Amino acid sequence: MTTSHSGSARHKERLDSVAEDVLRNVRFNRGFILWMGFLSAVLLVCLYAYVIQLRKGLGVTGLRDITSWGMYISQFVFFVATSLIGMLISSVLGLIGYKWVKPIARIAEIIAVAFAAVAGLVIISDMGRPDRFTYLFMYGRIQSPILWDVTVVTTYLLVSLMLWFIPLVPDLAIAKDRLEGRPKLLVKVYEILSIKWVNHPKQVEILNSTIRILLILIVPLAFAIHTVTSWLFALTPRAGWDSSIFGPYFISGAFVSGTAAVIIAMYFYRKSYKLEKYLTDFHFEKIGRVLALVSIVYIYFNINEFLVPAYKMKALDSIHLQELFSGEYALLFWGVQLFGLLIPTILLLFRQFRKPLPMMVIALFVLAGSWLKRILIVVPPQAHPFLPVQNVPIQWVIYKPTLIESLVTLATLILVLMIITILSKLFPVLPIQELAEEENADLEKQEFNN
Amino acid sequence: MTWQFFKQIPMSEKKKKEVPEDSKLDDIVESSRRDFLKKVGIVGAASVTGAAAIYAGYRHEKEKPSGEMVKVLTEDNRLVEIPKEQVKDYKPDLKALQTRGRVGLKGKKWVMVLDLSKCRNARKCVAACQGAHHLRPYEYHINTLVMQESHNTPAYYMPKTCQHCDNPPCVSVCPVDATFKRQDGIVLIDNERCIGCRFCMAACPYSARMFHWQKPKGEEADKGQEYNIELNVPQKKGTISKCLFSADRLREGMLPYCVSACPNGVFYFGDENENAVTNGTTKETVILSELLEKNGAYRLMPELGTKPRVYYLPPKNRIFEFKQWTPPEYIETT
Repeated sequence: MTTSHSGSARHKERLDSVAEDVLRNVRFNRGFILWMGFLSAVLLVCLYAYVIQLRKGLGVTGLRDITSWGMYISQFVFFVATSLIGMLISSVLGLIGYKWVKPIARIAEIIAVAFAAVAGLVIISDMGRPDRFTYLFMYGRIQSPILWDVTVVTTYLLVSLMLWFIPLVPDLAIAKDRLEGRPKLLVKVYEILSIKWVNHPKQVEILNSTIRILLILIVPLAFAIHTVTSWLFALTPRAGWDSSIFGPYFISGAFVSGTAAVIIAMYFYRKSYKLEKYLTDFHFEKIGRVLALVSIVYIYFNINEFLVPAYKMKALDSIHLQELFSGEYALLFWGVQLFGLLIPTILLLFRQFRKPLPMMVIALFVLAGSWLKRILIVVPPQAHPFLPVQNVPIQWVIYKPTLIESLVTLATLILVLMIITILSKLFPVLPIQELAEEENADLEKQEFNN
Repeated sequence: MTWQFFKQIPMSEKKKKEVPEDSKLDDIVESSRRDFLKKVGIVGAASVTGAAAIYAGYRHEKEKPSGEMVKVLTEDNRLVEIPKEQVKDYKPDLKALQTRGRVGLKGKKWVMVLDLSKCRNARKCVAACQGAHHLRPYEYHINTLVMQESHNTPAYYMPKTCQHCDNPPCVSVCPVDATFKRQDGIVLIDNERCIGCRFCMAACPYSARMFHWQKPKGEEADKGQEYNIELNVPQKKGTISKCLFSADRLREGMLPYCVSACPNGVFYFGDENENAVTNGTTKETVILSELLEKNGAYRLMPELGTKPRVYYLPPKNRIFEFKQWTPPEYIETT
């Protein structure tokens, strides 16, 4: 990771140039203020929708006794899924020794932190009695998967936050003297957060070993959070949820949506932060291959998840599958599978599609498809329970999300965007110190030339 | 207690109960007189003028024992004697209701048997239940469903309650111990505890649970009433509600609301430990094991391993024709 080259003049030169390029974006400029203002305005409208829900009850949503989990739970699953990318990029790929992940690792951690932080709030939006949230800690029963979920999601959030912050410390120390013209408060924050970093070899040693421990720790944690999330469904006997591969099915899907999110973020920072020098075509080429790989794995799990029950056509499974293949949800199902997964995967196999712009477009489709896929996982299995649905109001039978519900769901997405914006606008989005290390720079060039 | 656990209260007696007894009226008069004297007493003590006499009168009044004693049976079956003026009507507070509600009735193992050959879909069980638990016409603790296994097997009606499983999936997944299994076999829901996550609804294969999506029907009427976990009234917005086997009625030695409301003799209810169940319509008590054995009883979805406490007798030899029922159009009301 960080090795001391303080004596080298070339290193100093390179550090200056990297720091300038990266820190150029750390500022309260007009774009930032307008964007945050816009997000806040929309958030206020959405919060008003939540106030209505609080007052009148969950009846303002499309949820009813038949389909009692809908958009909120889907959003929760989607958020937990997307946050898993922090683990894949910095930990799995980083520990294997891929150097090209270095400039992307922090972006992945930012996404992990933002999505994991808001996932808990999504759950609260789905609660009938959010005022009793603390009961989970006062009366929690360990055999309930919800307890497992709360435990692992909070732990994952904390470790992800540390994995964002600890590698940031040297950068904060570098940056604190280079923030002319920024608000004094920001400089002060940098000074405090850089916790007296002077790049002493002892400090470097502690930093590196801490990061290493966290990178190893986060692997089982990330697997745990999404496996447990899949168990919220798989531990019930309902057709469509009652699946023994739900854990790996969810994890493989999580990598798809997370990688897509990272690609979109990379493209955005490259363009609007003018970081073409650091987020190069080479990096897009590499992450494109990752997306292709995880998508292929996900397709494999999809085949297992749908083909195996479809072959047997057990009574309730067959109703569920017919709804997906040719019934109520057919359009959504085939749209998601084709445009959100299959076609993007095929395109990504070709080199010309692994360029920044086409990749960004593909990633948008994949991300939207991932979100809709969560709806398909959560909603349809509830429509046909074991016993017939009878003698209820007609609108209870088919779930249709309402405007209020959609606004509350949007609120959580806005919170994610706000966290991402703050973390990437007020702090360096690329690791300055690491990028300034010449050996890496050379290595990257070499790799790219090959 | 014997097979006659369930009181069969004649109508005349029921009516009598509703009229306040004379002695009660006396109590009310007595206590208001004392309240008055007490107030006067306080004023008297505070003033300097000659109110001392009244105060003394009050003291005398308070301390004077009437000498009358009454015999009272305590909870642990001891017969004791206490002065008459110390007798107060027992009204359990929330804590007492919650404690006894979570423990259940000692030594009992409640069980329900439904004879489907007798169900004509009168839906009196549904109405009685909704009346007792303050539910809307489309909010169910019990619902009668039209069942048909395949197109060439006959259709029949099946009243469906909570199955009060001995291995309840809902209880396993509840994160806060809001829904729980009592020692007498009943699965209850505590709406003072429920956080409204609806995991229990997702886990229940019998769709036995309902959620208060909006403010409950009886919210205004039930305001101020102490929450009785065994009746689940007052119902609460944002929490789960479900069939309780009428735990409040069982505590009073009576049959559940649905059971006694059925006009067609569908329901049997009783204690598995006593091996006896009573028919809610005929009030006839029969041997549980014989009833199950002779009629080919079954439980719903035994393959799921939930071990329901509700048994069904198949709809064979029906003495009436199956009439297809068209449900009214249920419209959500606030």
